[in-house]
Amino acid sequence: MLNYIIRRMFYAIPILIGVNLITFTLFFVVNTPDDMARMQLGIKRVTPEAITKWKQDRGYDKPLVFNSAEKGVRRFIHTIFFEKSAAMFAFNFGRADDGRDIAHEIKTRMLPSLAIALPVFLLGLVAYITFALVMVFFRATYIDFWGVVLCVALMSISSLFYIIGGQFLISKLWHLVPISGFGGGLDAGKFLVLPVIIGVISGAGTSTRWYRTIFLEEMGKDYVRTARAKGLPESIVLFKHVLRNAMVPILTGAVSVIPLLFLGSLIAESFFGIPGLGSYTIDAINSQDFAVVRAMVFLGSFLYIIGLILTDISYTLVDPRIRLE
Amino acid sequence: MKVLFKYLPALFVTLLSACGSESWNNPYPATDVDRNILYGAFAERPKHLDPVQSYSSNEIMFTAQVYEPPLQYHYLKRPYTLVPLTATKMPVVQYLDKKGRHLPDGVDIEKIAYTIYEISIKPGIRYQPHPAFARDERGKFLYHDLNAKDLAEVYKLNDFLHTDTRELTAKDYVFEIKRLAHPRLHSPIFSLMSDYIVGLKEYSTTLKTAAREQSKKQGKGAYLDLNNYALQGAQVVDSYTYRIKIKGKYPQFMYWLAMPFFAPIPWEAERFYTQQGLAEKNITLDWYPVGTGPYMLTENNPNLVMILEKNPNFHGETYPAEGMIEDVKVGLLADAGKPLPFINKIMFYRDKESIPRWNKFLQGYYDSSGIGSDSFDQAIQITGQGEATVTEEMKAQGIRLETAVATSTYYMGFNMLDPIVGGFSESARKLRQAISIAVDYEEYVSIFANGRGVPAQGPIAPGISGHRYGKEGINTIVYDWENGKPRRKPIETARALLAEAGYPNGIDNKTSAPLVLYFDVTARGAEDKSKLDWMRKQFQKLNIQLVVRSTDYNRFQDKIRKGNAQIFEWGWNADYPDPENFLFLLHGPQRKVGNNGENAANYDNPEYNDLFEQMKNIEDSPERQRIIDRMVNILRQDAPWLWGYHPKDYGLYHAWYKNVKPSRMSHNNMKYHRIDADLRGQKRHNWNEPVLWPIAACLIVLLVGLVPAVVAYRRKERGAGIENLRVLGKNA
Repeated sequence: MLNYIIRRMFYAIPILIGVNLITFTLFFVVNTPDDMARMQLGIKRVTPEAITKWKQDRGYDKPLVFNSAEKGVRRFIHTIFFEKSAAMFAFNFGRADDGRDIAHEIKTRMLPSLAIALPVFLLGLVAYITFALVMVFFRATYIDFWGVVLCVALMSISSLFYIIGGQFLISKLWHLVPISGFGGGLDAGKFLVLPVIIGVISGAGTSTRWYRTIFLEEMGKDYVRTARAKGLPESIVLFKHVLRNAMVPILTGAVSVIPLLFLGSLIAESFFGIPGLGSYTIDAINSQDFAVVRAMVFLGSFLYIIGLILTDISYTLVDPRIRLE
Repeated sequence: MKVLFKYLPALFVTLLSACGSESWNNPYPATDVDRNILYGAFAERPKHLDPVQSYSSNEIMFTAQVYEPPLQYHYLKRPYTLVPLTATKMPVVQYLDKKGRHLPDGVDIEKIAYTIYEISIKPGIRYQPHPAFARDERGKFLYHDLNAKDLAEVYKLNDFLHTDTRELTAKDYVFEIKRLAHPRLHSPIFSLMSDYIVGLKEYSTTLKTAAREQSKKQGKGAYLDLNNYALQGAQVVDSYTYRIKIKGKYPQFMYWLAMPFFAPIPWEAERFYTQQGLAEKNITLDWYPVGTGPYMLTENNPNLVMILEKNPNFHGETYPAEGMIEDVKVGLLADAGKPLPFINKIMFYRDKESIPRWNKFLQGYYDSSGIGSDSFDQAIQITGQGEATVTEEMKAQGIRLETAVATSTYYMGFNMLDPIVGGFSESARKLRQAISIAVDYEEYVSIFANGRGVPAQGPIAPGISGHRYGKEGINTIVYDWENGKPRRKPIETARALLAEAGYPNGIDNKTSAPLVLYFDVTARGAEDKSKLDWMRKQFQKLNIQLVVRSTDYNRFQDKIRKGNAQIFEWGWNADYPDPENFLFLLHGPQRKVGNNGENAANYDNPEYNDLFEQMKNIEDSPERQRIIDRMVNILRQDAPWLWGYHPKDYGLYHAWYKNVKPSRMSHNNMKYHRIDADLRGQKRHNWNEPVLWPIAACLIVLLVGLVPAVVAYRRKERGAGIENLRVLGKNA
C-alpha cells in the first residue's frame, strides 16, 4: 500500500503543475500585472511610476512564461510563472498583493471554515443516510413517496434561498440565534447553529436521493434475498448488510471531500460573516489578488488529490477484496 | 421514545427560563451588554493603515481616529472650515521670492517662488502606549533588536509585554513627510507632492540610492533611517515647530495638512516595524498604527473585527461650542465644552452582505446603517413635499435619518478625442448639448438612486466654495428657471440642436445613415440592465441609436487610458472642499491620454486651462468666484460631460446614537459621537425576545410524524411472512 501511496503522490506533481499552469493562464488572460497594480493602488492619483514600482516590489515586472532577455534555462526560471509557482510546491505561499502573509491567513482562517464544514459534513452524513434508509425501509409506501417529493423540493431550491430564508425566520423573526458573526471558544456555538442547520438542510435533497438510489440498488442483490430468506428482520438486513455493502459508493463521495472541508464555503461564509477560507478566496478574486487565488487553487487541488488517495485507502477498509498495489 | 417524552417538558422549561435573561440572538459577549461601546460594520477589509499609503474611505474610518495631522475640519461648521488639531494655531504662511526674500501678503503671484508653512504644535501631547517606545532600566529600547528567539511566541502586537510612550515633537511630522518618498512605500500623493514640496523628488532619488547601498551591506529590508537624510522642504525649527517649503503658491496645500498623510510618525515605530520577522507575522505599521489620537487600534482582525479603544494618553479636546443655527435646534451643541471622546470602545465587525447587516441594525446590534436599494422602501418614505423621512416602522423604533449631499459627482463623459462626439467644432458641441438635454438625470435619480441625489449643474458639488445655488447657478444650456426652480429644457430644443449639429432626426447629413453612438461600461450584472435600457431610451428620444459596449473593469480602464472610449460613466470624490479639486478634472494637462492624469474626458481648452491656472493660486474671493463662473460657463457651453448628479448620503441612526452630523470631509468624528448604552440595552432586550413556539412546534411535528413511522415499523417487523414462519416452526 505504501508503494501505491508514494506512486500516487508522484502522480500528483504533474497534476498540480497542470492546475497551476491553467490557473496562471486563465488569471493573466483577464488580468495583466498592470491591472493588478491598479486594483491594489486604487484609481485616484496612480502614476505609471507607481505601477512600475508596485510590479518591481512584487516580482511582476518579469515576462510571464518566457524571458527572452535571459539565456539557457534562465529563460524559463526568470519568469513570473516559475518564480511564483516553484515556491508553492514547498508550501511557501508568499505574501498577498496587499503585503500580508498568506500562510498566516490560511492557518487562522482554516479553523472557522472547519467549524462549520465539519459539523455539516458529519451531521449531514448521518442524517442523509438515515433518511435514505428510512425511505428504503418504507419503500413503495406513502413515507417513501413523500420523502422523495420532499427531496426533490429541497433540491429545487437555491442554496442562497436557504441562507436568506433561514436568517429571516430563525434569526430575524424568532430571535433564536445571531444572524451572522463569529466568536472564539464556546462563544462560537451560537454562531454555528444556524449555518450548520442550513448547511445540512440545503444538502439533504441531493444527498438523500443519491444514498437512496445506492441502497435500492443493493436491495435488489442476491445476498439481500438470502438474508431475508434466512428470516432476518428488515432492519438488520438494511443496517447490517445493505449499509455495509453500500459503503464503497458512499465513501467515494464522502471521503474525497473530507480534506476540502478546510477550504470552507464560498457563499455561506460571506452571508454568515464567518472569517474562513471561503470568504478569503472570494475576496481575493474580487480584488484580483493573484497570489491568494493561486495559493487557494493549489491548496484545493492538493487537498483533492489527498482526498482521492484517502478514498482509495478507505476502500480497503470496507471491502476486503480490494488491495492497493 | 419514553426517554424523550420524559425529558421534553424539562427541556421546554429550560428554554423558557432562558428567554428571561439575555437575548439569544445577541452576537456580542453578554458582559458587554450595557457598556459604552459603539458597534459598526465594514464590508471591505482595509488594505493600508499606514498613513503614508492609506487613501481609501474604508481605511480612513480607522486611521482618522488614530492619527492626528496638525489641522482638522470643524465638526459642525459649514462650509467646511479648517481649525487647528495638534497645531496651536493655523499655520503661518510666508511667501518668498526666488532669492528667498520675504514678500508681503497680496503680492503678485508671479513673484512668489516659494511658500513656507510654519506650524507650531501643542506641547505635552503623547503617543498611545506602544512597544516601540518601551525601554529597560538603562534607557535602552527593549524591542529594537529582536531576533528569531524573541519572536518565537509573538503573533500579534499585544504579545509584547511592555509598552511606553513619549511626547510628540515636530520631528515626527517631518519624519512622516520624508516617508512620502520612502523607496519601500507607495504613497499615492508622492507624485503630486513632489511637484510642490521643495526637494522631495530629489529626496526620493537620494533614498533609493541609500537603500540600494544599504541592502548590499545589510541585506534587503534593513532599516533606512530617514533622520540621517535631510529634506530641504521639511525642516524642524524647534521641538514644537516645523516648516514646510513648497514651490510657488498652492493655497490648497492647507487642506492636505488635515489628512493623515501629514500625521506624525515616530521614528521608533518605523525602526521597530522594520525588524526581520515581524512582517511575516503581519506586525507592520500598515497593520498596527501608532498615533496620538483619541483612539488606538487594539485588535486588528479584518476578517472578523477591528477594535478601537480609548487612548489613555490622549491629550484631551472638548466638544465644539460653536456650530450652525440648525445644530442648536437638533441638540448638536448640548455637549458643548465636554471632554472628548465620549465612547470608550468602537467595535467594527466585518459583515460583507447587506441583508445580515441591515437586519442586525434593525435588531439594535449595529448603532447606525446605510440604506441599500433593497431596504430603501422599508426605511424611507417621501412626503408630499418631496422630502425624505423615515417610515412609520422606523419611527416606531426611534430610528432617525441624517442626509447630506456628498462632495462627489457622478457624470457621463464624452471622449473629446473622439471624431464624432469629441472636439470643439460647432457640430460636436451642439451634439453634446443636445444629448445633455435629452438624458433626464432627474428621472435617473428618481428611479435608480431612490431620489438620493441632486442633478448637477456643473462639476462643482454643493457645499464647496464656487458652487452657485438658485437661478444664477443653473446650467442654461440644459435648464430654464421656472417657478423658482430649474426645469429641463423640452426635448424639442435638443432635437433642434441635433439638427444644427448636422444630425436632423438622428440622421447624419453627410452619410444619410442613422447616428450610432457607443456607451462604454464595465461588465454589468442583470440588475444594471434596466439602467442601460433606460439610457438607450434617453438617446432614442433624439433618434440616436446607443450601442452599449460592455467590458470588464480592466479593459474599461484601458480604453479610458488609451482614449478608445466614446461615452462613459465616471465619478469623483473630493479630496478637499475646494473647487480646484473638481475643476482640475477638466484641466488639459491632466488628460488621461498622453499625460495619465485624472481628466478622463481628455478635455483641453486653452482658455479654460489659463483660467484654471489663475483660479487655483488664489484664495476664495469675489475675484476667484468670477473666474470660476467663467470656467463653469465655458464647460457648460462645451459640454464635455453630462453633468450627472451629486449623490446624497443617507444614514440611519438609532435613538441612542447622539451628536451625529454627517460630513464627507472630516473623518475623525468618532470622538464627538455619544451612545446612551442603557437605552440601547433596554431596546435590544425588548426587540429581541426569543420566540419559542417554533421550537415546540417542530418537536411536536417530529413526534407526530414519528408515531405512524414507529407503528409502520413494528407492523413490518412483525410481517406476515415472519409470523407464518414462526407458526410453521411451532407446528414442527
